[in-house]
Amino acid sequence: MHPRNFLDRDPQGGEFDAEGEVGSFACGDIIKIWIKIDKETDKIKDIKWRTWGCATAIASASIFTEMVKENGGMSLEDALKIKPQDIAEKLGGLPARKFHCSILADKAFKKAVEAFRNIK
Amino acid sequence: MDKGVKKAMEPYWTENFGNPNALYKEGLIARNAVETARGDVAKVLGARAKEIIFTNGGTESDNLAILGVAKSGGNFVPLRTDEEGNPTGTKIPSAFRGHIVTTKFEHHAVLNACKQLEKEGFEVTYLDVGKDGVVNPEDVKKALKLETILVSIMYANNEIGTIQPIREIAKVIRNFKKNGRGNFVPLRTDEEGNPTGTKIPSSVFPYFHTDACQTPGYLDLNVERLGVDLLTLNGSKIYGPKGVGLLYVKNGIKLKPILYGGEQEKKLRPGTENVPAIVGLAKALKIADKDKDKESARLVKLRDYFIGKLLSEIPKTVLNGHPTQRLPNNINISILDAEGESIVLYLDEAGIACSTGSACTSESLEPSHVILAIDKPHAYAHGAMRFSLGRSTTKKEIDFVMKVLPDIIKKLRMFSPVNIKI
Repeated sequence: MHPRNFLDRDPQGGEFDAEGEVGSFACGDIIKIWIKIDKETDKIKDIKWRTWGCATAIASASIFTEMVKENGGMSLEDALKIKPQDIAEKLGGLPARKFHCSILADKAFKKAVEAFRNIK
Repeated sequence: MDKGVKKAMEPYWTENFGNPNALYKEGLIARNAVETARGDVAKVLGARAKEIIFTNGGTESDNLAILGVAKSGGNFVPLRTDEEGNPTGTKIPSAFRGHIVTTKFEHHAVLNACKQLEKEGFEVTYLDVGKDGVVNPEDVKKALKLETILVSIMYANNEIGTIQPIREIAKVIRNFKKNGRGNFVPLRTDEEGNPTGTKIPSSVFPYFHTDACQTPGYLDLNVERLGVDLLTLNGSKIYGPKGVGLLYVKNGIKLKPILYGGEQEKKLRPGTENVPAIVGLAKALKIADKDKDKESARLVKLRDYFIGKLLSEIPKTVLNGHPTQRLPNNINISILDAEGESIVLYLDEAGIACSTGSACTSESLEPSHVILAIDKPHAYAHGAMRFSLGRSTTKKEIDFVMKVLPDIIKKLRMFSPVNIKI
């Protein structure tokens, strides 16, 4: 496993614009996503994650952040359109019972975007 | 699988292929093999050969014991003795829905059989097992009722390896029977749904069943000394073949079968016997029992060395289950802030096979019911790791685990968003 785009420390003040966290100890996966947005273009400048969870949760967080960072960063509008199915497909398929894990990455991202829009 | 076991099984695939129920020469050879195996198993258990029923595994044996006792309604139950000390009997009404005592951390083969019986109108008490994962015999005593037909408590837990005080529990049950002889037992309902009653001789019930699948090679299996009426064993935990098990059924106990067919295994397990597997199971059990003391002593040393290393060299780790009242081969620790499945996969990459002990990899993705049963929160259950030591495990291998595991945990904690307070 070679996960990418994870945050290996606590974020510094002003480093990101917003964060979103979903999951619980009870369900066995927690994921947190930080975003930095270009306010002019509404494009994603940077995105990082941290995960406590199974391999699928880690892999889906990693691949999701890679997807939205491609080609100089997706627009928020496009990134919000990414569905769990897209993440699973990009990973080469996921077992059905692991599907809820991959849903977490996009949910945490949506929460972060919501927080970002509330600030703006 | 043990090489000696494989060798013992070898002739029964092709050379001696006969059906043990046939009358021709080949059949007799196969029958002889099955009965020799039965005798060997009985010897290890201190039982009689006719008390051994071969099944297709631990799950089936557990089901046969629990459903078989619960549904023995309508059977003639021989009493050991009446007031004058003479053997006697009674007929249990088939509408009788009794009470069963078990624990919260049994194997699912027991838990789910009990849950099914609850749906059918039986009452089940699931005992707490305390923070150490050891049942208190006093709790069993408090749970026993006149309607109790069965107590099913595992000999050692399959996830955290804690050893249960089977002899003490057996004593509690014996005393209960002695004191409650001949009492009136109220039934919930008769066939028409009306409350009714009968006189059930309480010197018969409850029976005591134990799932002992984890224990051969480590603990005493003598059924007389343990004081159990029913005991489950299987092949796969003892370097034997998978898909074969047995149930010890004390002489005089009438079970209702869960499968219907021919007359094999005293009609309790119809179907042609799996001859090579039965031969292998008996051989594996004999080998495990023979080396028991020496191997246990070796593994206890290794186990305690490993636990000591884990707790001292990886911060925020907690041992699950009693530190010494546990199987010599079992280590179960919760590593906080890192999740079990990720640790398993990183260790696998390094060539180390272990398991979460939690069912995170199962269909339900539920955390371990065992870790929750010893009163640990979900965060502990999802980070629970089970390492099992075996005949080939050496100190060198443990040192290798301790070389790679701390770095894996460091890495996983690095990108973990949680920081659990210990």
